[in-house]
Amino acid sequence: MTPDVDVAIVGAGPAGLSAAIELRRRGVGRVVVLEREQVAGGIPRHTAHLGYGARDLHRMTTGPRYAALLTRRAEKAGVEIQLGRSVQSFVGGQLFTTGASGQSQIQAHAVVLATGVRERPRAARLVPGDRPAGVLTTGSLQQFTTLHHQRVGTRAVVVGAEHVSFSAVLTLAHAGCKVAAMVTALPRHQTYAPLRIATAGRHRVPIHTGVTVAEIVGRSRVEAVVLTDGRRIECDTIVFTGDWIPDHELARSAGLPMLSIAKSPIIDDGWHTEQSGVFAIGNLVHPAETADVCALDGRAVAEHVMDWLTLGRWPAAVAPINVSSPIAWAAASSVGVTFRVEQFVTGSIEVSSGSEVRHRTKRKQWIPNRAYHVKGFTDCSELRFRR
Amino acid sequence: MFDVAVVGGGVVGCAVARELTRHRLTVALLEARNDVGAGTSKANTAILHTGFDAVPGSTEARLVARGYGLLSAYAPAAGISVEATGAVLVAWDDEQAANLPALAEKAVANEYMDAEVIDAHAVRQLEPNLGDGVTGGMVVPGEYLIDPWTTPIAFATEAVLNGCELLTRFDVARCAVGSESTVLTATDGRKVQTRYVVNAAGLYGDTLHHLFGHAGFTIRPRRGELIVFDKLARPLLQRTILPVPTAHTKGVLVAPTVFGNIMLGPTADEIEDRGATGSTRTGIDTLLAKGHRILPALMHEEVTAVYAGLRAATEHSDYQLSAHAESRYVCLGGIRSTGLTSSMALAEQTVALLASIGLTTTMREADEWLSARMTPLGEADERPYQRGGAVVCQCERVTAGEIDAAITSTVPANDVDGLRRRTRVLAGRCQGFYCAANVCALAAQSDGRAMSEWMGLQ
Ligand SMILES: Cc1cc2nc3c(=O)[nH]c(=O)nc-3n(C[C@H](O)[C@H](O)[C@H](O)COP(=O)(O)OP(=O)(O)OC[C@H]3O[C@@H](n4cnc5c(N)ncnc54)[C@H](O)[C@@H]3O)c2cc1C
Ligand SMILES: Cc1cc2nc3c(=O)[nH]c(=O)nc-3n(C[C@H](O)[C@H](O)[C@H](O)COP(=O)(O)OP(=O)(O)OC[C@H]3O[C@@H](n4cnc5c(N)ncnc54)[C@H](O)[C@@H]3O)c2cc1C
Repeated sequence: MTPDVDVAIVGAGPAGLSAAIELRRRGVGRVVVLEREQVAGGIPRHTAHLGYGARDLHRMTTGPRYAALLTRRAEKAGVEIQLGRSVQSFVGGQLFTTGASGQSQIQAHAVVLATGVRERPRAARLVPGDRPAGVLTTGSLQQFTTLHHQRVGTRAVVVGAEHVSFSAVLTLAHAGCKVAAMVTALPRHQTYAPLRIATAGRHRVPIHTGVTVAEIVGRSRVEAVVLTDGRRIECDTIVFTGDWIPDHELARSAGLPMLSIAKSPIIDDGWHTEQSGVFAIGNLVHPAETADVCALDGRAVAEHVMDWLTLGRWPAAVAPINVSSPIAWAAASSVGVTFRVEQFVTGSIEVSSGSEVRHRTKRKQWIPNRAYHVKGFTDCSELRFRR
Repeated sequence: MFDVAVVGGGVVGCAVARELTRHRLTVALLEARNDVGAGTSKANTAILHTGFDAVPGSTEARLVARGYGLLSAYAPAAGISVEATGAVLVAWDDEQAANLPALAEKAVANEYMDAEVIDAHAVRQLEPNLGDGVTGGMVVPGEYLIDPWTTPIAFATEAVLNGCELLTRFDVARCAVGSESTVLTATDGRKVQTRYVVNAAGLYGDTLHHLFGHAGFTIRPRRGELIVFDKLARPLLQRTILPVPTAHTKGVLVAPTVFGNIMLGPTADEIEDRGATGSTRTGIDTLLAKGHRILPALMHEEVTAVYAGLRAATEHSDYQLSAHAESRYVCLGGIRSTGLTSSMALAEQTVALLASIGLTTTMREADEWLSARMTPLGEADERPYQRGGAVVCQCERVTAGEIDAAITSTVPANDVDGLRRRTRVLAGRCQGFYCAANVCALAAQSDGRAMSEWMGLQ
């Protein structure tokens, strides 16, 4: 079948838009971005604070500005963004979509999946209790406050103490909601000291470590949380933060194999998946990096997409990077090999390619829920932790 | 003044109200909450039971079998999704396997003829993803999946279309039985005068029964916790996996749902508090341990929802139905774990019970009756988004049009939970990460209330 388009990109977040812009810049004819929401831009659309664009734009801006800028650039570059069009499934280059006008199909020479990541909601974390109103994720919290200018409550508990958790603290403070506490199952918070001080520190939020939520109390509205150490904290709002799960449903239902802990599609260092012509980029493949890393994925994948479009080049095999505990997972990204550890550990990380050890990092403390990168190594086959 | 007031807008009360409006009667349906179907009727395992394992000769056995026939015939036209998946009882040890022949005989005693005992190998061929250690099984092809949310709403919609007055937030607190009529007073002081009263108050059935001066049963809530898994798990199963009941345990089942998920549960805990619909650590952990044995691959899938429902169990093993001429009162008590299936049969039975205490009625002509067709929510049915429209909830593919329709319908949604039961909105894997705010904004637009009310803040 002759393709309708050269490249179909699923998802108009930072990764998808950046890939589209770069492909057009390199002269690809018809690049279509399919986006299920009515507005392009992805997650940054509703993250109102600074923290976007450092690596790709070389300046700091807010989420909504960043989303608008990428969208404008894509439009200028001649990218066709189809809004309100959701991709339900694909077989090879054939994409089955649904939108305002109903179902339709599109045939693409190359497919780039950039469907992003979400936070695990309360149920997915198996937190017991009733199901009252006032239970949110950072994502839903930010949509209520940023996109719809709503107040959410008066007193909140934030579950998690990684970067995004502190972003939630900031959002709550702006929305006039006092943060009663942050709780993390880990022995310490996992963000940078300056971010902690500027958020939790400034708003005098205690961080309870080594505990989780044992129960949510309240029938119609949240009344309190009970922690695993028996402590009870009165609140009317609970925000579950982080604990990322890729939006991998499209990738999985197409039969792409997944990394077991990250639950993201397996890719090589050129973002090739196991299926020829299908690439995967952004936080779908490394849950979760900052948006600029996703955008750089998008730029970098373009070269590999060109190789496929013009030379039909595809790797013979796409294997995951092997890891073992305490390393949770590793995947290629635009800034090298991205990986995460499961707990606070001190040691070094050894990077191998086949049987050859290519690099060993300095000995240091590695913090869970943080994205780490080892730069400049292609062909990485294994990451090992050395005490 | 009404001819009949039905107290309780669960699946049973709604079915009764609907049945009564098929007669030339004035009917009121009184529900304490702000919506119908929002109690036990929304939190069950959603299986249309054949009644193969009921106690032969019991009222429950008779009404489940009859209700099964009535509801499966009614569902397609009303837009209630039913999936004819069938079930297989699976034995995991020798004691359970030894129970199978007796269960097969029980099925026959209940006049269910299609159950068939099969060996472990045959079980595995039917369901290759089951865990190790299967010792035998019994297929029950007639156990179907049904949409539990649309069922009471469809009944209530037809009742209202045909003249029934639905009063929500009407929590009956007092009754005054006179010689000709009864006055029911709600906690907020509103009154309803009626000739006859039907008690379909579910978990509070005994309380109302006492108000009418009767005794004979006490509700002993039995909580059932359930875990709903991601739709990506759906291909793991073809049919419902039922436990083999033994002397010690009733066991948990693993079932697909019409919405395209897999459900694991329920637990069975006797509790005191009739409002304790929360899940518990023990409950969740027990279910996961069972699930791990039954369908190991399920444990790798994400969980979409956890909830609990309370069965209106009593000290008796059978339904507690009674009719009282002196107070012109019919009681449908103790409808514990099969009431979704038996609802339409209970409605038929109620008309007979009312007649037995003096209510004379005539059926309306067919052309005096308006029927309702709900939008089917089942994954196997055609869904509105397939014809087009702006999708708001991406996980469940719910369109803006459906949200507006649910809020402006005959029996409208008043809160997010009501919207969820009418459209599936927010019932999916992201639990509102992407769309909760947009859904509340759209809902507020449809009915003019503040967005914060839809967020449950007021
Ligand atoms: C609450 C929160 C706060 C954050 N704060 C920061 C921050 O301060 N700084 C920072 O750098 N990063 C931050 N991040 C991380 C980062 O913004 C996002 O994860 C990033 O946007 C990921 O980019 P992406 O392009 O991979 O995916 P996304 O931005 O998630 O975009 C994916 C897009 O794909 C669309 N889509 C998905 N499936 C389909 C389908 N089947 N069909 C059509 N379209 C589909 C989605 O609608 C979405 O628009 C934050 C993330 C969150 C959740
Ligand atoms: C875990 C579990 C699994 C189950 N699985 C199945 C199954 O697979 N198949 C099946 O057929 N059945 C099943 N059931 C049983 C089924 O859900 C119930 O039998 C059925 O929902 C009972 O309906 P109801 O209308 O009697 O009660 P409810 O749904 O509880 O309705 C009673 C209503 O009365 C109202 N009310 C109470 N007191 C007053 C008052 N004073 N004034 C006004 N209103 C009042 C309440 O607010 C409530 O809405 C299950 C039950 C549970 C708990």
